[in-house]
Amino acid sequence: MHLESTLRASRDTGRKLLVPYVTGGLGKDWLDVVRACSDAGADAIEIGIPFSDPVMDGVTIQEASQRSLDIGATPESVIAQASELDIAAPIAVMTYYNIVAHMGHARFASLLANAGIDAAILPDLPVDEMKRGGWDATARSHGVECVLLASPTTTDARLVEICAAASGFLYAVSLLGVTGERKGLANTAASMGARLKAATDIPVLLGVGISTPEQAAEASSHCDGVVVGSALVRRLLQSGGPIEAHKFVASLRAALDA
Amino acid sequence: MNPPVRGGGVILGPQGPEPSEAGRFGEFGGRFVPETLIAALEELENEFRAAWHDDAFRSEFSDLLGSYAGRPTPVTECHRLSDKLGVRVLLKREDLTHTGSHKINNVLGQALLTRRMGKGRVIAETGAGQHGVATATAAALFGLECTVFMGAVDVERQALNVWRMRLLGAEVIPVTSGSATLKDAVNDAMREWVASVETTHYCLGSVMGPHPFPWMVREFQRVVGDEAREQCRSILDGGDPDYVVACIGGGSNAMGTFAGFVDLKDTALVGVEAAGLGLETGKHGAAVNRGVPGYVHGMRSLFLQDEHGQVLEAHSISAGLDYPGIGPEHAALAASGRARYESATDDEAVSGFVLLSSTEGIVPALEPAHAIGWLERAVGDTIPSGSTVLVTLSGRGDKDAAQIAERLGSL
Repeated sequence: MHLESTLRASRDTGRKLLVPYVTGGLGKDWLDVVRACSDAGADAIEIGIPFSDPVMDGVTIQEASQRSLDIGATPESVIAQASELDIAAPIAVMTYYNIVAHMGHARFASLLANAGIDAAILPDLPVDEMKRGGWDATARSHGVECVLLASPTTTDARLVEICAAASGFLYAVSLLGVTGERKGLANTAASMGARLKAATDIPVLLGVGISTPEQAAEASSHCDGVVVGSALVRRLLQSGGPIEAHKFVASLRAALDA
Repeated sequence: MNPPVRGGGVILGPQGPEPSEAGRFGEFGGRFVPETLIAALEELENEFRAAWHDDAFRSEFSDLLGSYAGRPTPVTECHRLSDKLGVRVLLKREDLTHTGSHKINNVLGQALLTRRMGKGRVIAETGAGQHGVATATAAALFGLECTVFMGAVDVERQALNVWRMRLLGAEVIPVTSGSATLKDAVNDAMREWVASVETTHYCLGSVMGPHPFPWMVREFQRVVGDEAREQCRSILDGGDPDYVVACIGGGSNAMGTFAGFVDLKDTALVGVEAAGLGLETGKHGAAVNRGVPGYVHGMRSLFLQDEHGQVLEAHSISAGLDYPGIGPEHAALAASGRARYESATDDEAVSGFVLLSSTEGIVPALEPAHAIGWLERAVGDTIPSGSTVLVTLSGRGDKDAAQIAERLGSL
């Protein structure tokens, strides 16, 4: 339950926030990759629990998810392994709602809480369905925070509802599209950052399509920080490990601190 | 409710019931999609509701169904097949529509809506290629850009339909992720929609996906059932069939058919799923018979899943039934017991394919061949001899002839 408090505290010192994404179970050394990200200056880590049909993900994270499933990852195994992490950075898991519903809200929330995981991000569970099904209430009762997404197509009325229900941070989708690297920062990123900052005091992180240190620095000038997924996962798929992860996350950190 | 609209000899019956609040059919349905799509789904819901009560829209839809799609399609009484099976078999002939399957009904409605919303492009998923061909056809008719996502495995086994779509001006994108079949084509179509939602309409091909698709597609397909009910009454001297049978992939031809009969308590509704190599083998597409509740492709419904909630690959000889889920209204009809869901194996479908061809001179698509194959097995068992059975022949078998020729060899 200390994702939001940790991010707020860092933000209040003037630091720009950095949250890398790592696909859980992707290779034997994936926990070392998470540790390397934390050591290199991540403010929190997003761990993906692979799902067979990830509709919010582009080709890179699709491939990583499939590879992880092929070598035997399960929701239980990823959460159990994550519980071994002894890092300072808070952890959020990112997965799809079917995984949560299949396990049952209470069991999923309690597994997260017992593993020391702070939050969950479920990109196919929009705020109204989340409240209708009661996931937010169950998560809260187990001390698990609910990161929600806002998109360029989100109406003002929904944005109020999303901000009121979100905890941990507000995930600002920088563009119309699924996860994946892009050549440049989308022109919707600046307006998304500004719009969400004006709407809420919860930390606002831009994500989706933020691929390079330069893009991360530019995006973070419009909000409180960034989530970087596919650019890191691509390096891991290309046989990169903890060393490459450390190097890349450190380069993002340096760009945000410059 | 509006009075029936008549155009080109087509009769559109009154509107059917909407799902309850938040797009639910019983405990199924809903809208489980990325936030980016919510605004477009709300717009679509509002536009569809307005259009469906707008006489001008209904007249135009009805005219297109008549003058372009060739409706109404007949109900054919199958005398030789009836003698052979010992039940009275009537076929609702969706195989006789333009493009050769019921899919055209839905795409004409959605193309009209696309134009009404001011969008210039449609995307679609396709399994057997029937919905892709229908969408490409409607796009050509309306001057819309069109992109169709099709599993690479299906591109291989339905090469003729791929060629037809390209001829019609559509871009066909083979999907290689996952099992490279219909489920994965839906995933990629949804991803593309997330990226292009402001200019593009997702012309979903079945009674599945997030609200309002299951409701809207059922309404565009209910002309099948509404026509068939009247036609059966004229053949049966005012009576209704004892059984109404249709094959199920996502379930659009079945839902459209059932919509015309669901209020007739003495008519049993039967959906026939793909049993593939057999339900016990795990190689099938029987989401009602072997699935569990889940949240995939934007809806709560029944899906084939492993013990962790990962979606399983479906298997069927027919690309159109090769889907691990089912539309939410079917899940609700199964839960309430109003409809029952049976299955037919690949072998039974091939048997049905040959049987209908040789007894009636009607070559069915492999999808409805499952309904014929199931009937062949069920008569005298769960279907009493002497019953009257309406089967929806959802499409024609031209697309499958090469595949079956290869499987059976020389006859």
